[in-house]
Amino acid sequence: MAEERRIRVLMAKPGLDGHDRGARVLTLGLRDEGMEVIYTGLRQTPDKIVEAAIQEDVDVVGLSCLSGAHRYLFPEVVEGLRERGAQDVMVIGGGIIAKEDIPFLKEKGIDAVFGPGTPVKEIANYIRENAKRK
Amino acid sequence: MEMVQKMLAGSDLSLARLITLVERDAPEVPEIMGSIYPHLGNAHFVGFTGPPGGGKSTLVDRLTAVMRRRGFSVGIVACDPTSPFSGGAVLGDRIRMQQHYLDKGVFIRSMATRGSRGGLPRAARGVIKLLDAFGRDFVLVETVGVGQTELDIMEAADTTVVVLVPEAGDTIQTMKAGLLEIADIFVVNKADREGADYLGMELEQMLRMSSRESSWQAPVLTTQAINDIGTEELYQEIERHREVLRDTGRLSLRRQEQRKGEFIETIEQGIRARLLELVERDGRLMASLERVEKGEVDPYSASMEILTNKTLLQGWLAELERER
Ligand code: B12
Ligand SMILES: Nc1nc2c(ncn2[C@@H]2O[C@H](COP(=O)(O)OP(=O)(O)OP(=O)(O)O)[C@@H](O)[C@H]2O)c(=O)[nH]1
Ligand SMILES: [Mg+2]
Repeated sequence: MAEERRIRVLMAKPGLDGHDRGARVLTLGLRDEGMEVIYTGLRQTPDKIVEAAIQEDVDVVGLSCLSGAHRYLFPEVVEGLRERGAQDVMVIGGGIIAKEDIPFLKEKGIDAVFGPGTPVKEIANYIRENAKRK
Repeated sequence: MEMVQKMLAGSDLSLARLITLVERDAPEVPEIMGSIYPHLGNAHFVGFTGPPGGGKSTLVDRLTAVMRRRGFSVGIVACDPTSPFSGGAVLGDRIRMQQHYLDKGVFIRSMATRGSRGGLPRAARGVIKLLDAFGRDFVLVETVGVGQTELDIMEAADTTVVVLVPEAGDTIQTMKAGLLEIADIFVVNKADREGADYLGMELEQMLRMSSRESSWQAPVLTTQAINDIGTEELYQEIERHREVLRDTGRLSLRRQEQRKGEFIETIEQGIRARLLELVERDGRLMASLERVEKGEVDPYSASMEILTNKTLLQGWLAELERER
């Protein structure tokens, strides 16, 4: 009997930013929403995040950044996934991200950005409705 | 199957996606397993089990480094429990293995236990086979440390390592039944803490009293995984166990048993799934179910009514025949 489909999420903290509360809150929150969440820990380089996403075959890569380095780090991850042939993986981000950066990030292939105060439920619903892979 | 060919040629992306199919028990699974079959048999499977937080992931990480230094490739399957409430899971073992993320000779996959009640997800056996076919020399499997229901790792692994910590001293009496019997190697990790030597001695004593087969006496090692102390010795014991398995013919015997088991199991699963589907569609069965639910008939008499009803059974068989 085929298993029902489980959404797999890689929750990653790129760069040197040490604010991990948001990533942890989201890791537990998405688990409670029925997803399998792989947490890779602090201070990941974009290429490490890409390799982990490939091996774990996740539906979604979640990037959390509160240090301001998202303009560089987020697009690197999208680019890496594309180079490795995994362009169908959804990439979303959150943390302290200025409104005016969002159009830039979307243009670089980040599917959505969620700021402080977003309820986990809203993020979970977005993932369920938009994860590209079947 | 194209994806299998790509995987065999070294594509980790294809390997990852095949694992997902196996994990999901997709309809392609028999075909996948069939086509990797000729490529199996190279890898040595090592299982790690023991109480939560004992240092299994850290130990796997350090042992992987030892194996890499010797030029062996490694596949890791790291399991964590599925939440019975939401069906979700946090898979955190990988955090301890960061030094290997960019090493092409190390493939790490995290798995949730999903429906399985033991420490191992149901699909884990298929996944370690994929890693074998992918050409990994060692496949290291970290189970969920639940303590009692660990028999499935023993069945899946060639060498089972039970990881304990000094604090486990008090509980060892109660664990005896399960963990002691399945271990090929004991590790007392966190030996930087008090009580490690004592626990080690206690274990040795217990082992001497137990009457296990004689070709292998499970050694007791002490390690400090965080300080990378004792991991080289652990590697050597694994290697030694592997040789004993091979030289005594027990390895091929095990493989025979495993193949037999899988054959029966797959048939069982297939029949059950198909039959259940038919049964669900069958109005007569549903009617009985309702009566059982309401308490009008007891479940046993109701099931006997069905199991002894020849026309009903023949009808299902005919239906199966038509669907083929
Ligand atoms: C708590 C905190 C800390 C704690 C962090 C503890 C920890 N382990 O996380 C401590 C005290 C250690 C700390 C230190 C620093 N902090 Co601080 N810190 C904060 C504070 C007050 C709250 C952050 C927080 O935990 N929020 C709660 C969580 C749940 O919210 P969140 O992370 O925003 O996550 C939500 C969303 O953003 C989104 N989300 C987040 N990640 C992701 C990922 C995905 C995939 C998705 C979909 C959504 C998503 O969903 C979450 C739920 O809604 C913020 C100010 C603020 N109001 O945000 C400053 C703040 C982030 N810190 C700041 C700074 C500058 C620092 C320091 C550099 C030094 C300093 N001056 O204090 C150090 C650096 C630490 C380091 N090593 O990187 C600045 C950053 C400025 C910037 N980016 O331009 C902020 C904004 C304060 C400010 N206004 O100046 N900090
Ligand atoms: N003092 C000490 N701590 C250790 C040692 N080995 C591991 N640890 C720590 O023990 C904690 C748990 O280690 P893990 O490797 O995650 O243990 P685990 O058995 O995989 O845990 P679960 O997967 O959650 O069951 C971590 O904080 C490690 O740093 C050791 O030799 N000594
Ligand atoms: Mg672990």
